[in-house]
Amino acid sequence: MSSLFLFLSFVALLSALGVVLAKNPVHSVLFLILTFFTLSGHYLLLNAQFLAAVNIIVYAGAIMVLFLFVIMFLNLNEDTEPHKPALAKFAAAIAGGSLLLILVAAMRDIQPEGYNATSFDSQIGMVDKLGLVLFQQYALPFELASILLLAAMVGSVMLGKRETGERNF
Amino acid sequence: MDFPPLAWQGVVVLVVFGVSLLIATYSTYAERVIAAFLQDRVGPDRAGPFGLLQPLADAVKLFTKEEFFPAGANRALFVFGPCLAMITALMSSAVIPFGNVLQFGETAIHLQGIEINVGMLYVFGMVSLGVYGIMIGGWASNNKFSLLGAIRAASQNISYEIAMGLALIAVLMMSGSLSLREITFQQASDAPFVWQDIFNWNVMKQPLGFIIFIVCAFAETNRTPFDLPECETELIGGYHTEYSSMKMGLYLFAEYINVFVASAVMSVLYFGGFNFPFQAELRNWLVSAQGLELVTASNIITILGLVGLFAKIFSFIFFFMWVRWTLPRFRYDQLMRLGWTILIPLAIFNILLTGGLITFGIIK
Repeated sequence: MSSLFLFLSFVALLSALGVVLAKNPVHSVLFLILTFFTLSGHYLLLNAQFLAAVNIIVYAGAIMVLFLFVIMFLNLNEDTEPHKPALAKFAAAIAGGSLLLILVAAMRDIQPEGYNATSFDSQIGMVDKLGLVLFQQYALPFELASILLLAAMVGSVMLGKRETGERNF
Repeated sequence: MDFPPLAWQGVVVLVVFGVSLLIATYSTYAERVIAAFLQDRVGPDRAGPFGLLQPLADAVKLFTKEEFFPAGANRALFVFGPCLAMITALMSSAVIPFGNVLQFGETAIHLQGIEINVGMLYVFGMVSLGVYGIMIGGWASNNKFSLLGAIRAASQNISYEIAMGLALIAVLMMSGSLSLREITFQQASDAPFVWQDIFNWNVMKQPLGFIIFIVCAFAETNRTPFDLPECETELIGGYHTEYSSMKMGLYLFAEYINVFVASAVMSVLYFGGFNFPFQAELRNWLVSAQGLELVTASNIITILGLVGLFAKIFSFIFFFMWVRWTLPRFRYDQLMRLGWTILIPLAIFNILLTGGLITFGIIK
């Protein structure tokens, strides 16, 4: 199990680096998909089958297809990539570095609890258990999140709506 | 030889893998024979008896063709595209329950690659990944027609995935489980009457959901009348315009494996999986009248169920081919309109209907 964890983490870090370092945007997207796969692998190791499957369906299967879609249509590649000014690169490095600092500072004090063999519920990540928790304990936040998504959906439909007199085909 | 139980499951996985490939191979033959039958022609009959060796001849031809890379193509991704299409197609058959348990003394062999709690979501995830093979291949070809085919494939798959998922939710509401094995068992029936056996299949409780699902399955596997990604009249060959030799072969193979998996999933979800009418009576008769042991009788039922499931799968594959040689291709805007403005509202209506019927206890 531990070796599997190490392997997955290694691939996750490597592909996450690939997202940032790849010159070609299509390669970046493919590395990001690989990163999502390794994260799904981690979910499986934590016995969260539902989360792993949904992560693949939603992120790797749907959202990244749209990313790839846009990048392919814009035909971005190494030749057309604009050169950014040094100041922007500097600012980006500072911003990223301070985010890393904050994350490390926040994580530093966490005491990993470890698991208690007597109170541990092996069904915790299964879909029926998750559904019960979502609809009993967290019903309100769950519904609020769905309303937020609905609002976003209506907004995107409004933005994409055809103006009067405009014809697309 | 002492064989650990997990190793038997490994053997089952290998057999499923081999059977998927074999069925895909002979689907290419069946496609041509059915086309010939529907168009009143003879069809392939040169290679071997009834042309049965035709797939072998095709394979030799594809393997010996020149490996061609178009100018300006992204070589790595050009090779990776068909590989990915093949991998995702093969992976989705792992969770399909092809049969019940075979019991030999102490060892029980489940005729299913692997049983997971979220089997249906697994198949769904693999199907949604299948489009990457097409997109990457189409983009890496450095050809406008390939790119257009790839983009079409992606938007078509995303659009129809939604309706497919919504059709599945109605099945889920009745089964209360995402496991394909569990869904199959729920469709079994001990009723002493042939029509009740069949009435227990989900297709009887979800006729609208099944119609939505099969239309979406046609779109997801890029089969006619939704084969717009490779629409010859507009796009030459679509995403595989620049492909030749075995890379082209892998794309075609992946399509047939997808057809096989889609047929299997439809048989399991809606047509009772490995259940068949009178199975309980047959088992009782084998035990009481023929004096067989219960274990042997169950094994016989399992094997008959396996044969029954494959009969269902083959009739679906035949249906896929029948439609291909009967219906013309949709126009692209018709395809999108059908997906977004007809199938999705219908699927949502189906969910509401199912919810209402469950609430009033008419179906369960």
